[in-house]
Amino acid sequence: MDLFEYQARDLFAKHGVPVLAGEVITTPDAAREVAERLGGKAVVKAQVKVGGRGKAGGVKLAADPADAVEKAGQILGMDIKGHTVHKVMLAQTADIAEEYYVSFLLDRTNRTFLAMASVEGGVEIEVVAEENPDALAKIPVDANEGCTPEKAAEIVAAAKFPAEIADQVADVLQKLWTVFIKEDALLVEVNPLIKSGDGKIIALDGKVSLDENADFRQPEHEALEDKAAANPLEAAAKAKNLNYVKLDGEVGIIGNGAGLVMSTLDVVAYAGEAHNGVKPANFLDIGGGASAEVMANGLEIILGDPDVKSVFVNVFGGITACDEVANGIVQALELLKTKGEDVTKPLVVRLDGNNAELGRKILSDANHPLVQRVDTMDGAADKAAELAAAK
Amino acid sequence: MAIFLTKESKVIVQGMTGATGMKHTKLMLADGTNIVGGVNPRKAGTSVDFDVVSETRESSTVSVPVFGSVAEAIEKTGADVSVVFVPPAFAKAAVIEAIDAEIGLAVVITEGIAVHDSAAFWAYAGSKGNKTRIIGPNCPGLITPGQSNAGIIPGDITKPGRIGLVSKSGTLTYQMMYELRDIGFSSAVGIGGDPVIGTTHIDALAAFEADPETDLIVMIGEIGGDAEERAADFIAKNVSKPVVGYVAGFTAPEGKTMGHAGAIVSGSSGTAQAKKEALEAAGVKVGKTPTETAGLARSILGG
Repeated sequence: MDLFEYQARDLFAKHGVPVLAGEVITTPDAAREVAERLGGKAVVKAQVKVGGRGKAGGVKLAADPADAVEKAGQILGMDIKGHTVHKVMLAQTADIAEEYYVSFLLDRTNRTFLAMASVEGGVEIEVVAEENPDALAKIPVDANEGCTPEKAAEIVAAAKFPAEIADQVADVLQKLWTVFIKEDALLVEVNPLIKSGDGKIIALDGKVSLDENADFRQPEHEALEDKAAANPLEAAAKAKNLNYVKLDGEVGIIGNGAGLVMSTLDVVAYAGEAHNGVKPANFLDIGGGASAEVMANGLEIILGDPDVKSVFVNVFGGITACDEVANGIVQALELLKTKGEDVTKPLVVRLDGNNAELGRKILSDANHPLVQRVDTMDGAADKAAELAAAK
Repeated sequence: MAIFLTKESKVIVQGMTGATGMKHTKLMLADGTNIVGGVNPRKAGTSVDFDVVSETRESSTVSVPVFGSVAEAIEKTGADVSVVFVPPAFAKAAVIEAIDAEIGLAVVITEGIAVHDSAAFWAYAGSKGNKTRIIGPNCPGLITPGQSNAGIIPGDITKPGRIGLVSKSGTLTYQMMYELRDIGFSSAVGIGGDPVIGTTHIDALAAFEADPETDLIVMIGEIGGDAEERAADFIAKNVSKPVVGYVAGFTAPEGKTMGHAGAIVSGSSGTAQAKKEALEAAGVKVGKTPTETAGLARSILGG
């Protein structure tokens, strides 16, 4: 889960990383009081989870509280690369002498953690990495040893931070490591890390990404979720513990297992090339041992998507038995009927693997007018695409 | 032969007495796995009876002793493989216990382990000289059909044969094993879909290359990370056997996690297209669909 800048700033402050005062607001009028608290002048920053907001006009300097109200009004509601601005942060103004970059992240390739640091901060770090790779120091950090004082000194030296701020930067690095570990982060990035006119090191802007697998020991993280921005179908699916991602096509997809569902999306997209270019409408993994209830929940979400014109249920019975899945589909359709839902979209079902024959027989016997059986994955994808295109 | 797991393997199950552990221990026994013990400190000294129905449809009761620790299980039974079903919150401690006991192979089935935990036990295994091979986490395990099954791969969807399979995905593993069930598999290894995993595509490719009973390798990848690109580089330099590939996730949008925690496209990296191109450049035949991929394997083997 990626956080907003103000949330990252809060986590930094919680663990002792030096930050400037700031508050987040959602209405222009609220800017006046906050600007007054900050001493009149303030930086008004759009809170969006996308880079390049400065260039898009999402960061403005306000000279006084009245100006802060005006600037907040200009930025709130703005569209930045498809993200609508619902919140702005008003922050204390900074006297910037130098801009640096530091981060801790997961290095998947080497299966370790990595510190990155550069004295060329304030610009997109991907650009530095591309154009001047020597200016970006990359130092592995052992997951069990962590960012010790020695490791922090090594990072500072490798990035060639000036001697007079070396100790301060090393201290900030250790505190950022604390954020990284204590918050179960996958990324903690400060860009820019600044040296102020009076020689202080401050984290001016930050990015934090949290590991949702660690939610069981991070009860405070749930409150950081941006529930308002979630697609309503995704939110409804999440409330039912379904692994669902909304996409922009017309063929609803239900399958078991992340890999098989991803593959199903691809196969439907290929099949769609011959049928008016229809595409998958979603990713939905119902996991192993799908009960009738889980199947009904999944079908309900998918049938509730107005973009969906046909549904493809693709199940490979591994441990899960196909007869249970078939019963699940039949019961799910009955369940939806008793709930008063008028199911009119055609379903194509492909069952293979464990007890496939039994499962197929159950579907044939049920003889539901909207359900068609196709016994190969490629053939079923083609049928589902054809039905979606015909609607 | 086979890779990593044979009928000689002596398998213990960490988390055997939990619901998932019980269910799958029974299934593994039915597939002929030599399960010599379970581990649960609170139930040490007891044993669990499994009513096992074997392939010959004969039913028999197998009594599996429960030990207090992995070290004790190894000492009493000579176990060399552990299958871990311990819940996410306790999985790190369980894997570290297995590493400390220097078991040869730890197969971590558990889904939903925090990345900081898997990074920690992976680093720990390295600091102990990598005496323990880790497979997973968030994986279906591995099977050597007709010999042994360490994990949750269904044992009855394929038969012994000469194809080696390595995959990030469980259900795609099953799909492929089923499509090629007439030819059969030497071993099939599910390495898992998490951002940090122990055994990689490359480790499995190297083992299959060295295995005289594997004639062809099927490699299944998916979006996220650069494991497939590095595997392609390894294949070009080190693999003489034919390799057939499949990559899932061409239609995945950027920045969305597709079920597996590791399956996410970030910017231009981790895309299915880049992985497919890298594999093809290494001489790997890549199928557009699982069925087409199975067809490519079949035509190479002349079946």
